[in-house]
Amino acid sequence: MEAKKDRQFYTYAFPPEKMILESGAELGPVTVAYETWGNLTEKKDNAILLAHAFTGDSHVTENLKKGEEDKQVRPGWWEFMVGPGKGIDTDKYFVICANILGSCMGSTGPGSPAPDTGKPYGLDFPMVTIGDMVDTQKALLDHLGIQQLHAVIGGSVGGMQVLEWSVRYPEMVRCAVPIATTMRHSALAIAFNEIARQSIMADPNWNNGNYYDTGKKPDMGLAVARMIGHVTYLSDEAMRRKFGRRLQDKETFSFGFDVDFQVESYLRHQGNKFVARFDANSLLYITKAADYFDVVARMNHSGPVNNRDQNIIKYLVISYTSDWLYPTYQAKELIRTLKRSGQDVSFCEIEADCGHDAFLIPDERLTHLIGGFLDGVD
Amino acid sequence: MGLTENIRFDLQIIGSIIRPGSKVLDLGCGNGDLLAWLEKNKNIRGTGIEQNEERAACCIARGLSVLQGDLNEEVDDYPDCSFDYVILSQTLQQVFEPAKLLHSLARIGGKVIVSFPNFSHYSIRAQLFFKGIAPRSDQLPYSWYDSPNIRVITLKDFRKFSRDVGYTIVRETAINTNPQNHMGHVVRFLTDLRATYGIFVIEKQHE
Repeated sequence: MEAKKDRQFYTYAFPPEKMILESGAELGPVTVAYETWGNLTEKKDNAILLAHAFTGDSHVTENLKKGEEDKQVRPGWWEFMVGPGKGIDTDKYFVICANILGSCMGSTGPGSPAPDTGKPYGLDFPMVTIGDMVDTQKALLDHLGIQQLHAVIGGSVGGMQVLEWSVRYPEMVRCAVPIATTMRHSALAIAFNEIARQSIMADPNWNNGNYYDTGKKPDMGLAVARMIGHVTYLSDEAMRRKFGRRLQDKETFSFGFDVDFQVESYLRHQGNKFVARFDANSLLYITKAADYFDVVARMNHSGPVNNRDQNIIKYLVISYTSDWLYPTYQAKELIRTLKRSGQDVSFCEIEADCGHDAFLIPDERLTHLIGGFLDGVD
Repeated sequence: MGLTENIRFDLQIIGSIIRPGSKVLDLGCGNGDLLAWLEKNKNIRGTGIEQNEERAACCIARGLSVLQGDLNEEVDDYPDCSFDYVILSQTLQQVFEPAKLLHSLARIGGKVIVSFPNFSHYSIRAQLFFKGIAPRSDQLPYSWYDSPNIRVITLKDFRKFSRDVGYTIVRETAINTNPQNHMGHVVRFLTDLRATYGIFVIEKQHE
């Protein structure tokens, strides 16, 4: 096993050969921030691409060695799943995770300097789509010399990227694992995203997206946006269990607008924590990309039906019983579509009461499921 | 060399019927023993449907393609003739609308293999005749009030049912199994009385 590499960067699409986005706009140069774990075989046939959820980044795991457990590090978002001997075994697979286009964790986004002015793009950054994000990942794989992926795996907005991969570059995907995701947003999901966007845009510090050199960021709006998001990632049961109606550091109500309940304190804490690490404009762009995402028609046409010569991808679809952002009925729609088009599909609805975020919470069942599935792919 | 000794006797019989290299759908596939055997020994392309999360997850972790879901609903989504064989092994007795399900199965598969416990076995007849109680057996081990088996079927019933809903029985195997192990044998005489299970291969009649 090779020790983890630090975050790396790949920059391409230098002007005049800019990247052409799905909207028709041009963007360049484009930088992709990524990390890798494990070793690529000589035949380059053991690569797994992980797609992170929307406010995540390329930091999947620290992959600590024995004896390093108490090292001061920033844990990754899938620490329990990825590593030597784990569900996604870095002794077998070469795991890659790239930060998505439009984000603020090293890949090009609205906070990156525009080449002509040297100042952050702000709202001059073109609208990007899930397809555009996938295209930057494809460019990265080309750069790494990888022609086919053993698997592409991701949850939530990461799951959308998985589906986009399987319709955009089906010949490059042997198996696909979309988790807690959907072929397109429901009105409910769009509604929550719109509330998040409005809360940012209503913050006077947002200043039409030009806040990078003013010294004042739309922190309040961004924190509220995160609070809304956080509620949609949990479930009624999870919140009842975690907080109930318990009061925060007090015996009685304050009869004011300070924090009374633990859940209020928790949301404020989550909001403030988020402000320190995420860019408000990135949230605007990425939520819009998720809202625009719709692979229904292309999924319907993706399959071989009765033509055995065409590419068949092995899918593992996973949903969670208490996910109300992308409920199981949406996973079932995906399965129906895959069955009709003759794809090889497995599905498991995992019983969990912790809501949409369940795939980020350590769970033996998920580890076992994904590990076995990956090993079963030729 | 086969691994027949590792799966239940009724599954061995079903396994022996399947042509190598075919596409198979196993309804109510449990832990996937039959599918795994068929993939290993007959090089089939298989899919299973299983309601129980734990069992479905176990199948997927074994590398099998399995959908967690209700078989009555899941079969509707497949295009016509998606499979060479559809297997309904020891599940018919729990199906709410058997005629409707068999109709769907004939649509999505070439041959349908159905197996079920035979309710006209002499031990069952004897319980009803001599003791006057709702029979229980190793194959149907539940009391009348907590049984998942909402139908009791005899070999004769199934032959008539197949005819009535428009199927041809292309093969019928009656077997007697030992519930203590995976062994069993084929019953050739007095099958209606002596068989614990019936295994039928049926096909939709051509107009």
